[in-house]
Amino acid sequence: MAHQSAEVDFRTRLQNWIPKLVLSPSLAAVLVFVYGFILFTLYLSFTNSKMLPSYDWVGFENYRKLWGLSHWWTAITNLAIFATLYIVICTAIGLTLAILLDQKIRGEGMLRPIYLYPMALSFIVTGTAWKWFLDPGIGLENTMHLWGWESFEFGWIKDRNMAIYTIVIAAVWQTSGFVMAMFLAGLRGIDNEILKAAQIDGASNWNLYRRIVIPLLRPAFLSAFVILSHLAIKSYDLVIALTGGGPGRATELPATFMYSYTFSRNLMGVGASSAVIMLMTIAAIMTPYLYAELREKP
Amino acid sequence: MSAATQETAIRTGRIARTFIYVVLLVFALFYLLPFFVMLVNSVKPLSEITEGNMMALPKELTFAPWASAWSTAQIGVEPTGLRPYFLNSLFMVVPAVLICTALGALNGYVLTKWRFRGDTLLFGLMLFSCFIPFQIVLIPMARMLGIMGLAGSTAGLVLVHVVYGIGFSTLYFRNYYSAFPTELVRAAMIDGAGFFQIFWRIMVPVSGPITVVCVIWLFTNIWNDFLFGASFASGSKAPMTVALNNLVQSSTGVKEYNVHFAGAILAALPTLLVYIVAGRYFVRGLMAGSVKG
Amino acid sequence: MGFLDISNVTKSYGNTEVLHHVDISVEEGEFLVLVGPSGCGKSTLLNMIAGLESITSGDVSIKGRVVNGVHPSKRNIAMVFQSYALYPNMTVGQNMTFGLEMHGVPKPERDKALADVAALLQITPLLDRKPGQLSGGQRQRVAMGRALVRNPDVFLFDEPLSNLDAKLRVDMRTEIKKLHEKLKTTIVYVTHDQIEAMTLSTRIAVMYNGYVQQLGTPKEIYDTPTNLFVAGFMGSPSMNLLPVEVAMIDGAPHAVTTDADGAPLHLRLHQQNLSEWAGRKIILGIRPEAITDPEGADRASSCIIPMTNRVSVTEPAGSDTFATMTLAGQDSIARMRADASVGPGEMFEFAINMEKAVAFDPETERRIVP
Repeated sequence: MAHQSAEVDFRTRLQNWIPKLVLSPSLAAVLVFVYGFILFTLYLSFTNSKMLPSYDWVGFENYRKLWGLSHWWTAITNLAIFATLYIVICTAIGLTLAILLDQKIRGEGMLRPIYLYPMALSFIVTGTAWKWFLDPGIGLENTMHLWGWESFEFGWIKDRNMAIYTIVIAAVWQTSGFVMAMFLAGLRGIDNEILKAAQIDGASNWNLYRRIVIPLLRPAFLSAFVILSHLAIKSYDLVIALTGGGPGRATELPATFMYSYTFSRNLMGVGASSAVIMLMTIAAIMTPYLYAELREKP
Repeated sequence: MSAATQETAIRTGRIARTFIYVVLLVFALFYLLPFFVMLVNSVKPLSEITEGNMMALPKELTFAPWASAWSTAQIGVEPTGLRPYFLNSLFMVVPAVLICTALGALNGYVLTKWRFRGDTLLFGLMLFSCFIPFQIVLIPMARMLGIMGLAGSTAGLVLVHVVYGIGFSTLYFRNYYSAFPTELVRAAMIDGAGFFQIFWRIMVPVSGPITVVCVIWLFTNIWNDFLFGASFASGSKAPMTVALNNLVQSSTGVKEYNVHFAGAILAALPTLLVYIVAGRYFVRGLMAGSVKG
Repeated sequence: MGFLDISNVTKSYGNTEVLHHVDISVEEGEFLVLVGPSGCGKSTLLNMIAGLESITSGDVSIKGRVVNGVHPSKRNIAMVFQSYALYPNMTVGQNMTFGLEMHGVPKPERDKALADVAALLQITPLLDRKPGQLSGGQRQRVAMGRALVRNPDVFLFDEPLSNLDAKLRVDMRTEIKKLHEKLKTTIVYVTHDQIEAMTLSTRIAVMYNGYVQQLGTPKEIYDTPTNLFVAGFMGSPSMNLLPVEVAMIDGAPHAVTTDADGAPLHLRLHQQNLSEWAGRKIILGIRPEAITDPEGADRASSCIIPMTNRVSVTEPAGSDTFATMTLAGQDSIARMRADASVGPGEMFEFAINMEKAVAFDPETERRIVP
C-alpha cells in the first residue's frame, strides 16, 4: 500500500543501518589485513620477488623451487615428526591427568593451576629455561654427573638427529596442561547418571572409561586435535628460543623456513609460497571444524 | 565450562588413590621444574652456576642479576637493560587490548542481537583470521606499515595486534551475548532505547566476566607475541620478548646465565601475575577459544 | 474500524509464508487471546504488532494509524515477555521507569507513575531490589508493572505465565483478569494454554499452521468450533471425535456406530439437517461433559439419549470422575459426577446430551452448520 513506505520513520531506518555500520570497521580491517593480505602473498608466490616484492609473473616456479629444496624437505619432515608426537603426547598426558584429577582429588585447586601455568608464559621465556636445562654442559646432564650418575648422557639438543625431540618436550610441557583442562571440562560435562547406571550394570572403572567415558569425550578429542595441530603448524617462537633452527638445520620448521627465506635470504617468492602451503594446511583442518561449530548454532 | 560443575560418580580404591596422587605430584614437579631452575639460578652469582649444580639452592643470594637484567644488560648494542623494552610492551599492550575489547564487544552485540542475513558467514571469516599462520601476512603487513608510516613503531604493533585480535574478542563476546536473552533487547527497544543506549545500559553492565576473560586473553597473547614484534619493531622499539631473545642469544662476551634467567622472569612477570590473580578467567578464555563457548 | 486493526497481514521468511492473510479487528478494552500450538504463528503475529518483526504485506494499525515500519517504541504499546525480560543490572524501580526515561519523561512524573503502579500491583517494597532477588511471581508482577507504567494504548503479553508453577499460574491468571476489568485496557495475549485462553479472553483467535482457524468469543469457540482442529484443541479433556455413519431411522437422522463390544449402536442426532447426510460418514464431536451418568445430565437439554456401554478405565479426579470407554472403535471419555458409582469392566448406562453434539464433514474437516 502507498502509505506504507512513508510510515517507515527515519529512526527505524537508521536503526537498521547502525549495526552494520558498527560492524564494518572490524570487517573492513579483517578483509584487508587478513584476506587481502592472503591474496597479496598468494600473488607474490607466483612472482620472482627477491628482497622486495616484484610483479614479474613466474607461474609455479617458486613452488617447483620450494619442493626441490632439501631445506624445505627438512622443515616438512620435522613438522611431521613434531606435530605427530606433539599431538599424541599432549593428548595422552592431557587425558591421563584429566581423568586422574577427576577422582575427587584433594588439592585439585592447587594442581590445576600448576599444570596450566606454562600456557600463560611466552615461548621465548620457557625456551630460555629449557635451552639451558637441556644443555649437556650445565643442565640436566651436568646435574646428574654432579649427583654421581657419571654415565648419564642427555645431549639431544646438540644432536642433529635428536634435537627435534627436545622441541617436542618443551612444547608438550607448554601445552599439555591446557589439553588437560579441555578434557577435564569434557569429563565434568558428562551426566553422572550415565556413570551410575553403568556401575549398576557392573562395569569396572576400566571398562567405564574405555566403553563409556572416553567415547563421550569425542568432541574434546576433536577440539584438542584441531587446536594442537594448528599450534604445531604455527610453532615458531619456541624453535627460535630453544635452538634457533639448529644445530645446522636440524630443527627447522616451515614457520622458521618461511621467515629466513623471506627476510634473511631475500627469496621472498619462495618464502611466500611456503607461507601459502602453511595456510592451506591449516585451512584444511580449521575450515571444516569452524563450519561445523558455526552451523550447530543457528 | 572450566568450572568444576559436578564431581564424578566414579569411586576408586585406596591403592589406586595413592598411585593417582603420586602420578599427579610427579607431573606437578615436571611442570614446576623449569621455572624453579630459572628462579633459583637467577639469584646466584655466575660462578656458582658455571661450577655448580643447577638444582642447588644458592649458597650466596644475590639480586645483582635482576638489577642487571632490568637496567644495565647489553640488549643488541645498547647497555640499557630490559626496562625500555618492558615499557614498549606496556605501551603496545594497553591500547591494543582496550581497542580490541571494545570492538569485540560491539561486534558480538551486533552479531547476536542485531542479526542479519549472512552474519554467521561474516563471523566465520573473522574467526578464521584467528587461526591463520601469521607468516602469510608478514610480507604485505611490512609493506602496509611502511606505507602508513608506522614501520618500526609501537603504534604499528598496536594496529597489528588489534587487527589479529578482533577475531578472538568477537568470538568471546558473541558466545557470551548469545546466551543473553534477546527478549531483554526487545523489551528495551519497546521501551524506546536505541542501539547504543541498549549497548550501554543493558549489555555493558552485564559484560563484566567476559570482559575480564577477553582482556586477560588478549593481554597474555599480545604480551607474549614474538613473531610480529621481531618482524615489525626491531631495535629500540622492540617489545619485551624480542629484547629478551636478543639478550639471551647475544653471542658477545661471557654468557651471563643468571641475568638471562632474571630477564626471562621479568618478561614473564606480567602474564604470570595476571595468571595468579585471575587464573580462573584465563582458563575460561582458553577454553572458549578452543571449545565452543 | 477497530482500535487495533490487523488487516490482511502476511509474513514470509524468504519464500515460506508462515502467516497467511490474517484479519483481526480488536475493539478498545477488548482482551484478545491468540492461542494455538507452538509454531502456529501466534508469537510472530504478536511481534509484528509490536514492531519487532517486519510485516510482509497487509497493515497493522493502532487507533487508526498504520504502524507498519514504525519503531516499536513509537507505537505506544507495552509488552510483557515470557522470560519477563527484566534488566538484571537495574533495580525494580529503574526497570519500570526505563521506558519513560528513554521517552524523555521528567523524573518527578516518572516517580509519580512508578508509585501509582507499584501501589496498584503491591510491589512498593520491592522497588529497590534487583530482579535476581525476586521470586518468579514477583518478577511477573514487575514485568506487568513495567508495561503499566507506560500507560500504552495496547498491552501485548507473550506467554507471560508459562514460566510459573501451576499454583502461581492460576493466581496470576486471576490477577491479570482483575487488572483488565479494573483498567479496561486493550490487551493482546499469546498463549498455548487453552484454559488461559478461555478464562481470560473476551475473544479468542485460534491459530494453526499460520492461519486463524476461528475468531470468536470463548463460548462460540467452545460450543461451535468451526473445524476439527479447533474442536480438538480447545477443551480438556478434549472433545470426543467419533467417525460415524448417518442413517435415517423412524424418519430421524441417527449416528450409526459400535460400542465397546462391537455391537451396533444408534444415537439419535439432534441436528436436523444431518438427514441430508444419510448414508454418508460424518465426524461426530461430543464433549466429555455431554456424556454423563443419568443423574448428572443437563436437565435443561431437550435431547438426552441413553447409551449403555462397557467402561474400561475410571479416573477419579476429585471434583469429577472420568470414565474411558470404547466408542466407534476409539477411546472416548465421559465426565461423571464425582460419586457416580462406576468401575472398570462394568456395563454402565450413560446419558448423552445430543444438543451439544457437533458434526463435521470428514472431507473438509469443517463443521456442518445446522
